[in-house]
Amino acid sequence: MMTLKVNGIDHQIDADPDTPLLYVLRDDIKLNAAKFGCGLGQCGSCTVIVDGRAVLSCVTPLLLLEGKQVTTLEGLGTLEAPAPIQRAFMEEQAAQCGYCIAGMMMRAQALLQRNPKPTDEQIRSELEPHLCRCGTHMRILRAVHRASRLMDTADASSASQRSAP
Amino acid sequence: MNERIKASVILDRRRVLAGGGALIVSFSLTDALAQDQTAPAAAPAQNPPGSLKGAPFLDSWIRIDADGSITAFTGKAELGQGFKTAFQQIAAEELDVPFESLKVVTADTRLTANEGYTSGSHSMQDSGTAIQNAAAQVRELLVAEAARRLDLPAENFRTENGAVISSDGRRFAYGDLVAAGMLHVQAQPKSKLKDPATFKVMGLPIPRVDIPAKVTGGVAYVQDMRLPGMVHARIVRPPSYGAQLTDCDTSAIEKLPGVVKVIRDGNFLAIVAAKEFLAVKAMKALSAAATWKETAGLPKQDDLLHVLTSLPSQDSTIFQQNNPSAVGQKTIEATYVRPYQAHGSIGPSCAVAQWVDGAMTVWTHTQGVYPDRQGIAEMLRVPPASVRCIHVEGSGCYGHNGADDAAADAALIARALPGTPVRVQWMREQEHSWEPFGPAMVTKLKASLDDNGAIADWNFEVWSNTHSMRPGGAGSMLAAQHMSQPFAVPAPKPLPLPEGGGDRNAIPIYTFPNAHVVHHFIPAMPLRISAMRALGAYHNVFSIESFMDELAGAAGADPVEFRLRHLDDPRGREVIEKAAQGFGWLKGQQAPQDRGFGFAFARYKNLAAYCAIATEVEVNRETGRPRLVRAVAAVDSGQVVNPDGLINQIEGAIVQSMSWTLYESVTFDDTRITSIDWQTYPILRFNSVPESIEVHIINRPGKPFLGSGETGQGPAAASIANAIADATGKRLRDLPLTRKRIKEAIDA
Repeated sequence: MMTLKVNGIDHQIDADPDTPLLYVLRDDIKLNAAKFGCGLGQCGSCTVIVDGRAVLSCVTPLLLLEGKQVTTLEGLGTLEAPAPIQRAFMEEQAAQCGYCIAGMMMRAQALLQRNPKPTDEQIRSELEPHLCRCGTHMRILRAVHRASRLMDTADASSASQRSAP
Repeated sequence: MNERIKASVILDRRRVLAGGGALIVSFSLTDALAQDQTAPAAAPAQNPPGSLKGAPFLDSWIRIDADGSITAFTGKAELGQGFKTAFQQIAAEELDVPFESLKVVTADTRLTANEGYTSGSHSMQDSGTAIQNAAAQVRELLVAEAARRLDLPAENFRTENGAVISSDGRRFAYGDLVAAGMLHVQAQPKSKLKDPATFKVMGLPIPRVDIPAKVTGGVAYVQDMRLPGMVHARIVRPPSYGAQLTDCDTSAIEKLPGVVKVIRDGNFLAIVAAKEFLAVKAMKALSAAATWKETAGLPKQDDLLHVLTSLPSQDSTIFQQNNPSAVGQKTIEATYVRPYQAHGSIGPSCAVAQWVDGAMTVWTHTQGVYPDRQGIAEMLRVPPASVRCIHVEGSGCYGHNGADDAAADAALIARALPGTPVRVQWMREQEHSWEPFGPAMVTKLKASLDDNGAIADWNFEVWSNTHSMRPGGAGSMLAAQHMSQPFAVPAPKPLPLPEGGGDRNAIPIYTFPNAHVVHHFIPAMPLRISAMRALGAYHNVFSIESFMDELAGAAGADPVEFRLRHLDDPRGREVIEKAAQGFGWLKGQQAPQDRGFGFAFARYKNLAAYCAIATEVEVNRETGRPRLVRAVAAVDSGQVVNPDGLINQIEGAIVQSMSWTLYESVTFDDTRITSIDWQTYPILRFNSVPESIEVHIINRPGKPFLGSGETGQGPAAASIANAIADATGKRLRDLPLTRKRIKEAIDA
């Protein structure tokens, strides 16, 4: 039994230490966003954020996650209160089948947390580990740029709220 | 269906209808036979449009409940193309209700009409047309009912926002007008469709209804289903086609933690475990314990030209045109080859099945719930009525991938565990090595130019397998093929023209005085193959449109002008002109250093959407690496329902076709498929995504919907090939146009 912190909540996990994080997220914690694509770290559809860094959950065993903070797409926002990255993907209609998208969004989120104003080249380079088969790439790029702008606005508005008398 | 059965179904429905407050009942209340409305008992003299032909009752498409809630039904499956949203727009428009006020139910053998497969860019033209006409006729019936109640002529009424309103302002909500059986009537051949100028919902870029759940971690895919008590299964597939399981000691595996059951039925081997990763671990142990006898039977991967043209073929002339007065002076020939290519879904195929009291329910991302039901029923040796297939979205498939096989796997395993829901997902290497590939093809072209630089004669020959081995029968599904009492793979058949399979788009859309087109249909299938987006049109359009550029070069003509010189179809001409204009195509243009411009055009199947694509490609002369810099497309798909959805489809087609065209071929040795993951079957990554893609739509208000999901595949391939030829001065004719081949051509 091990404690795993996911989206700010501690979960008691009864799984072998070699179990990849992906299966724990989907099977034990019943989360949907991280997807099984290859199990080999080749496609990116399982990507989540661990302590601020994008991680391929299909090849990351549970034993490496003791004391770490795992964030999945579900932890960023909800249908009712979507996070900027989620709003951006909706507004750009940046999906066809959408199976790869959750992983793409998590790596983009990690990038934007580190570098709020990435260049187009930096976004392309960051998303290199990710495959999309529907060919939605142009929209995904636009959505990441839009998320960058939305986060800027969100920061500005929350800052102005804080500073309001 | 015979008259007697049809009559009993109708009677049964009327009885049910009489007891309920709903205007109609959904199919869930009736016998599954009711879905198979292939031959209406009293067919109208003239066929109604779209899929209403096969399912003529209005209540197969539109349901209005007494509380005013509205449902539109489609037998097609949402595969990520976004048509669920488009159908909701169509139904809302013709019913005159707000977009948000209705929902769409997709393919389910208990709820929706049998519309066969969701394939061939048919969804809008078949199902969209049916929903549009059914909705319009339902609206007329509601108006007639209001008119009857007030004893006024129907002309005195209008509809608005889900209500019929009389000229003096009296208002009837649709829910209040509903009466038992009112919509259980057969569609009329003609409908009073709305004037496109008055559209409020159709034609708008309404956001897709499925995207919010997909970007917030909602339950969106069959992979996300979790039924109470559900267990996880994994398959151990044979290592190669035809391999026989000779030995497998399962005793140790049955004792592994969490293992519920090991299933062996002939060459079908599977394990079931309580948790998913335990199933994966046990699968690996089971795979190690299994011994297979393999047979070397695969052809030479490097010599597909001779492999295909040497296999026995059934040859037919599919087009012949003679005009002896046109005589060619200058003749050129070319041969083009396409390898086997993979659908390569990002999510391996998955299904959930449950066997309860002799009835099987399968949740599947199949493209055809009814054909799957038939195949699974045959495999389980139960009547089709005992099987229900429900479509749930999966990862994008782009044709016949492992979806149907996974559905059969789940059903076969679930039958061994009565009552327990079983979820099966394939592993990456299983999807890559067992999916039915897009078939390899060869085309040989020969044409002559007359003194004026016009094409005087045109000869086109194509060698190909069929392009559909989809289920219907059990023999198309791997589980049924591998059982101890196996079902034989059905004999392949060429798909009939005008749509065709290997010969799809083999007949030129251009006007040539003399033309001869031959289809060499190859029955033998050395590799497992089936339908992949655009079927033969991908390679045939690649060939025709590459060759048109070769001929334009020989004639000293501009490629765009040369195409227009041979094209009469005014809509086609307009699409070509639009793409050329959007790109900034100029006669006599010169691309920048190491870059080339390319152009290509086709009308998908010569009867669906028109698409022209201009591209700019950069070639690194040192490495041979090609890079698509930008693409500009123009498309005419008739009346546009959702312009952003259409643009998304064309953008995706260009990017996906670019990946097929530049990088992709299935690899194999004499026994096994060796392209088994993304390392061994590389596809496009972000470093090769173009700088921009522009899509220009030519809307045709009031014209029929023309399928557009596949129209971009061929033109994108040829446009890129033409741009590479423009950049390098070298013509590449063997797909894929890899950097190695380009480098070799440059150095030659």
